[in-house]
Amino acid sequence: MNWQDVVGGLFGSAHTVVRTGDLLSGTGVVDGQTVAVIGTTDHAPIGVELALAQARCVLDTVKNHPGRAIVLLVDTQGQRLRYRDEMLGINRYMAHMACCVALARQRGHRVIGLVYDQALSGGFITSGLMADACYALPEAEIRVMRLPAMARVTKISEARLEQLAQSNPVFAPGVENFVAMGGIRALWRGDLAAQLALALTDAPQHDERAADGAQRGGRQLAAAVAQRVRTEAGAVMPVA
Amino acid sequence: MNRSFAESTARERLHALLDAGSFEEILGPGARVVSPHLALLGVPSAFDDGVVVGRATLSAQPVLVAAQEGAFMGGGVGEVHGAKLVGLFQRALLEKPAAVLVLAESGGVRLHEANAGLIAVSEVMRALLDVRAQGIAVAMLIGGENGCFGGMGLIARCADVVVMSDIGRLSMSGPEVIESSHGVEEFDARDRALVWRTTGGKHRYLMGDCDVLVDDDVAAFRSAAIAALPAAHALSLESLEREHAMLGARIADFGHCRDSADIWQAMGVHQPMAVAELDAQGVRDLQTDCAKELA
Repeated sequence: MNWQDVVGGLFGSAHTVVRTGDLLSGTGVVDGQTVAVIGTTDHAPIGVELALAQARCVLDTVKNHPGRAIVLLVDTQGQRLRYRDEMLGINRYMAHMACCVALARQRGHRVIGLVYDQALSGGFITSGLMADACYALPEAEIRVMRLPAMARVTKISEARLEQLAQSNPVFAPGVENFVAMGGIRALWRGDLAAQLALALTDAPQHDERAADGAQRGGRQLAAAVAQRVRTEAGAVMPVA
Repeated sequence: MNRSFAESTARERLHALLDAGSFEEILGPGARVVSPHLALLGVPSAFDDGVVVGRATLSAQPVLVAAQEGAFMGGGVGEVHGAKLVGLFQRALLEKPAAVLVLAESGGVRLHEANAGLIAVSEVMRALLDVRAQGIAVAMLIGGENGCFGGMGLIARCADVVVMSDIGRLSMSGPEVIESSHGVEEFDARDRALVWRTTGGKHRYLMGDCDVLVDDDVAAFRSAAIAALPAAHALSLESLEREHAMLGARIADFGHCRDSADIWQAMGVHQPMAVAELDAQGVRDLQTDCAKELA
């Protein structure tokens, strides 16, 4: 779904969202409430400039509109894969965006993510996955890395990876796997405005995704392992 | 006794870094909590899933620690590995140690458990930032051969303090991923000098993305970690506005450079190609000279 239809579905005509390059920014009204809209489009590669531009929108919302909810619209192919971005420290730029979202949440802004097309790797970690909760459209595609690059790094043949991607939730790009693993809270079908309004009233304060993953069966160990590390006594190790 | 951080295992690093005999491992190999996904790929698993977590003291101060084992799958973050890190940060909220130290050595998300690793990285970032919000310092110690990439590169820059040796590397995408996407002219992953010049501790220190540069010696990492203990500062609008301004200026000042060496030159380093030969103190002196020159 293109961004104009998504924004129309969320806010009707009651919005000021504009596109500047691959950046989406503006406001929308849902359930009588004005929210900030920040995001990317056109499978945007996140370079240092775009990471900073998104962070700027978050900071401006925190500074100028205390308490205003933020909706993150996600369509990204992940971090831009260029020498220049690594030379300048793209990891710091993207971590900065993640910290700005965290600051907004710490200061009482509810943050809702919506993957409306693609969400890959670091671009998704530092936007939608930093929200109170992240939702997705059924046709969205979420993946860590494209298979050719993954094959090269894991040294598993692309054919084998393709085969795995059909059946194994830890691998498959299909968005329902991310729902099963708790990374995506739910899929939105039909009335987007109603579901956004509900999401704004139902935004979890604590990170429930590992618990959701266990309850839905997509990640059966994450919550239990974190709980054991949180509570179990340590054992003194014989010095190696 | 000079012990190489890079050549030590995760456990050896912890034993040499922390107060002698103080380390207590949590959910160690004896618990045999292995990845539930690797067997499917015919890939061997590890009884600690490649990360050591526990409690200890550092200069008599209570700390919680994690050390990734680069020898197991490059320190990649999978479901169990990530959950151990999340649990450690959550424990910090309960026990309120002086600091949480992460000896990070990782290629980022373990691609064999791609989706689980991706979610886990964001869960670690959220838990880490909750710890900082309670005024507990978080320090990253980066000096392993595999460096600190991808999701761990994001996690590293959410911490209060990043300590690196010149062997350590810190970045987002690995050179081989960039090369496989845009060709060897974009980034020749086999050019080790270029790779370290672009992602290594010296470059990150000169850019300010590494706060403390040390030699490849666990004792040096220990004293840097002790010095980092009081470094806690919660996120604030002011601190993020300062960070934002710095990151904007960095693009303005160096965004046109074609190579890290060009950046160093623009910073006032007269012989950029000589940086490779300097030790940590040499690079630290270089930075003070540059700062004086620019001031």
